[in-house]
Amino acid sequence: MKNKINKILCYFVLIVLSLMCVFSFCLLIINSTRAHSQIQKGFSFALGSFFGTNLKNVLSNGELPVVKGIINSLTVSSLSAALAAYFSVLTAFAIHSYEFRFKRAAFTFIMMIMMIPSQVTALGFVRWMAKLGLMDSLIPLFLPSVASPIVFYFMLSYMQSNLPKAVIEAARMDGAGEFRIFNQIVIPVMKPAIAVQAIFTFVAAWNNYFIPSLIIRSAEKKTLPILVAQLRSADYLKFDMGQVYMLVFLAIIPIIIVYILLSKYIVRGVAVGSVKE
Amino acid sequence: MNMEKRKKIKSISYAKWGYIFLIPFFAMYVLTYFIPLISTIYYSFFENYMSGLKQIGPNFVALENYKSILFDSDLPKYAYNTMYIWILGFIPQITISMLLAIWFTSIRLNLKFTGFFKTVIYMPNLIMAAAFAMLFWALFSDIGPINNLLVLLGFEPYRFLSEINGNRGLIALMNFLMWFGNTTILLMAGIMGIDSSIFEAAQIDGASSWQTFWHVTLPSIKPILVYVLLTSLIGGIQMFDVPQILTDGNGGPDRTSMTMIMFLNKHLYSKNYGMAGALSVILFIVTAILSFTIYNNLTEKDVYSKHRGHKMKGGKNEK
Repeated sequence: MKNKINKILCYFVLIVLSLMCVFSFCLLIINSTRAHSQIQKGFSFALGSFFGTNLKNVLSNGELPVVKGIINSLTVSSLSAALAAYFSVLTAFAIHSYEFRFKRAAFTFIMMIMMIPSQVTALGFVRWMAKLGLMDSLIPLFLPSVASPIVFYFMLSYMQSNLPKAVIEAARMDGAGEFRIFNQIVIPVMKPAIAVQAIFTFVAAWNNYFIPSLIIRSAEKKTLPILVAQLRSADYLKFDMGQVYMLVFLAIIPIIIVYILLSKYIVRGVAVGSVKE
Repeated sequence: MNMEKRKKIKSISYAKWGYIFLIPFFAMYVLTYFIPLISTIYYSFFENYMSGLKQIGPNFVALENYKSILFDSDLPKYAYNTMYIWILGFIPQITISMLLAIWFTSIRLNLKFTGFFKTVIYMPNLIMAAAFAMLFWALFSDIGPINNLLVLLGFEPYRFLSEINGNRGLIALMNFLMWFGNTTILLMAGIMGIDSSIFEAAQIDGASSWQTFWHVTLPSIKPILVYVLLTSLIGGIQMFDVPQILTDGNGGPDRTSMTMIMFLNKHLYSKNYGMAGALSVILFIVTAILSFTIYNNLTEKDVYSKHRGHKMKGGKNEK
């Protein structure tokens, strides 16, 4: 009996917390379907019929290059994900499968820099990119992903329990070169880990605001977070709230849809990097 | 003996591939993190800013920039704001996450739909912080839906975005919503890693749930708690997107929600490279110390788990 009451209490708290998590997104979806005048009049839980109109308005907004923004964000995020996944597996493979003198030192070094945020070197980064002529370019937004210590650590953990050294030995016996072993044996074995980390890196790049806002200047290079910030600093009294909600919708909802489809793998992947069995 | 020798020779001959495969990571690290770090430190020793349209410097001033940012700027105030908002979000985050992690892993409770709940509470972690803040700004504005609902339910409307507590509270609430799911999953993994025989022993000894939590669960997951605390603290120091978008870079009323990175961002935009450099170096030192502590914590745990590895594996096989 006591256990039953406890259980009901637990479910109650869980439902309240879940509602807190989805509430703001429900309001977002509702308001993205309503016209500016309806939103100004006051809130209602009823869905409106202006979703298409809002979408069309925000996509054709002359001051806000949203279509370009989506394309730029997709480009930067996909390239970041691909580079981080491939090169982190390569780095992990070097540490996992070879014996060399500075192996321990290399590993220790990567672990120590793992948590240092990129903001603290932003000044040097921006001025260095300016010297290299890479200001207002998308390249500085995805190229640094080649060195992703956290992804590396995840890959190494996964490799330690899923890539037996005997497999590599066997491939060598068959005369495969080291690059071929990596591309044709290691990469396929690592596919589940690559998928999870590619998603995490994609999302992180998609959401990244600080560095892009310092690098990007011209309108046609802007990514979605910069456009969101630009909209925030515009004079909102003149602004169409339907478009505000629609832009936020475009920035958030695609990620939520992908998350719902792949949540099983993502939630499982969260703990692996930091907590080893 | 012969076999061992041959193996050794083999591994030596392959050593160069270890170095070759490390080249991309380290080359890119030097290019995009190390050179920027060194030049950030270099800039911090120079007076270098725009006064109107006139460029002042760069003149070498040694530690002048550090002196002025620490003693003549509002940095202490912004450091206080950052820590205040971080603690305001972190206390509910760690409390709720701990509670949920224990519930989800409790055999006695045996909750259903835990997969569903975990999926829902983790979701906000993947949301673009800038867009999330924009959404909260629209929802909590003076004539926004939340105030509509408050009035509908018979409450007074509250000007969230014009009040100190309103701004700080909203930022802390967003941080809480974005991170408590993540923390829950980490703590769960920690609790599930505890050898179940310890719990059984506690049960046989007649320990209450509270005693079990306090004397068995908590000490066993201490490394993960330390990890959560330190990574969250580093995340707190980095706090930028949410307050920047919510307050449009102004830091709310009387800059009471201005964080350290927002301050850094201001210096970067006004091209005051000396001050930006000094602030960056200070933040670098703080985060480097915290990172080093995490590294020690993680590797200690490694040794610990290696030590106990056989026992744990044995336990699993028995099942």
